[in-house]
Amino acid sequence: MSEKEEVKGLPVILDKKTALPLWIDQRVFPLQYYIPIKRIENFFKGLREGKILATKCKSCGRLFFPPQMDCPKCKTRDMEWVELSNEAELVSYTIIKVKPKTFGHYEDYIIAIGKLKKENINIFAWLKTSDPSKIRIGMKLKLVVSERLPEKYLVYEFVPAEDL
Amino acid sequence: MRNVAIVGIGHSKFGKRLDVSLPELAWEAIKEAIDDAGIDSSDIGFISLSNVGVWSSEVSPAAIILDYADLNPVEVIRVETACASGSAAVKAAYMAIASGQVDIAMALGVERMNEMKTPEVIEILARIGNYFWEFHNFGPTFVGYYALFATQYMNKYGATEEDLARVAVKNHYYASFNPKAHFPKKISLEDALNSPYIAWPLKLYDCSPISDGAAAVILASEEVARKLTDSPVWIRAIEGATARANHSKREDLLGIPSARIAAKKAYKKAGIDPENPIKYLDLAEVHDCFTIAEIMAYEDLGFAKRGEGYKLIREEQTYIGGLIPVNLSGGLKAKGHPIGATGVSMVAELTKQLRQEVERERQAPIEKGMALAHNVGGTGHYVFVTILSLHKP
Repeated sequence: MSEKEEVKGLPVILDKKTALPLWIDQRVFPLQYYIPIKRIENFFKGLREGKILATKCKSCGRLFFPPQMDCPKCKTRDMEWVELSNEAELVSYTIIKVKPKTFGHYEDYIIAIGKLKKENINIFAWLKTSDPSKIRIGMKLKLVVSERLPEKYLVYEFVPAEDL
Repeated sequence: MRNVAIVGIGHSKFGKRLDVSLPELAWEAIKEAIDDAGIDSSDIGFISLSNVGVWSSEVSPAAIILDYADLNPVEVIRVETACASGSAAVKAAYMAIASGQVDIAMALGVERMNEMKTPEVIEILARIGNYFWEFHNFGPTFVGYYALFATQYMNKYGATEEDLARVAVKNHYYASFNPKAHFPKKISLEDALNSPYIAWPLKLYDCSPISDGAAAVILASEEVARKLTDSPVWIRAIEGATARANHSKREDLLGIPSARIAAKKAYKKAGIDPENPIKYLDLAEVHDCFTIAEIMAYEDLGFAKRGEGYKLIREEQTYIGGLIPVNLSGGLKAKGHPIGATGVSMVAELTKQLRQEVERERQAPIEKGMALAHNVGGTGHYVFVTILSLHKP
């Protein structure tokens, strides 16, 4: 699609391939959400201390990750915060080559699902590795807190256990 | 509950439809469906609209479409179950008639995805998952989600990238005979295998395109259907199920649990033996948004044992003449995937197949008079399985 106006006096362009006229929307605004995190604030405090926290229902013992403060089975809000172990095994992965618009500034990244051995739950996160050719399903991973650049915020990710 | 029949179908050309606006595109399907049913638009008592939107400018599209098509003051609802929204619209229209609320209802699916540029559309599609816990930090694309299934499936069962490519080759083959398909052209195995990776191990030719399109079906009660047509197609079952949103919470990524549950419910309702559904079906349209999804569908629907779906395509058993022909429309892969229209399009296509009205090269032999549609939203967040039949329930 051509960026420049091709029809004088109107915000209309002609599609490059088909020459069909398209009106360019003049009411552009950024889409940005403000998402409440009050009830799971401890999770983010945990990240600042290098911990990855989940919630556990005090009544039935069910573990929630991502953390949630309501147990839909017991219908209770009585949850405790527990630190997750960090030893994991790779369950599946993909390498994202064609990225969403807001991820366009990153190099190709690897998304992995890893199983925490102790808790028997899965975590969805990036897998950071110096050598992607060594990735194998079942390989040992560590779940760590890291800083996401260039945005500079805390996030969790997997690294191969042998890289540590 | 009353019996419900399909009495009219309409289908626009799928593709990059820069020639029409959203209401203009919807009208192409509405007009065809009303003409096919032989009714007046004022006979329609209820409309369910499937439009996922966001990539198109109208925020509340139902009103704009009804106004353009002169359908007011008909009652309307809009439904959303991601890529299965079209089936949700059919279900809503089905329930309106089955329950006795109205005698004639229309399910309409329309999507104009190319009203934004491709990177933005990829972004919006990717946000169908868990926005905060999956997308925001880790940026999966929709191809990426299905790639996680493909990696695990291929690793466990020994399917290859070539097996995936065979699905694309088949679906493009049949699309080449479907003038309404987005890509009505054949491709070779080499074309598919040589295409670039989008989300390893899935390549460009493993992916359905970003399409614009519309489809409509008109449903009627048995009494009204008998007056309108000699060849009603009956909805024998339309059953849905759901699965965990976060991919980390799924038991495995080898199949879609909600598809298995929806199929089981639909088979029971339609009187199909779940151990051998192929025996009852002339053909199926399945949700091949990515090639791996078609292979998993074979298994989730019981066409193949778990872990053996890839052998069906390797042995060409899902071509006409095989065990069960699948996606003779070209599927989402080549017919196109305007996501709100897809579920309605599947039902319209199978109705046409059962009436034996499709192009000769892609017409399934109709011997049992029964067909199945499998429509997945997200990666099984929502699934509907619909069974259509020439025989009344």
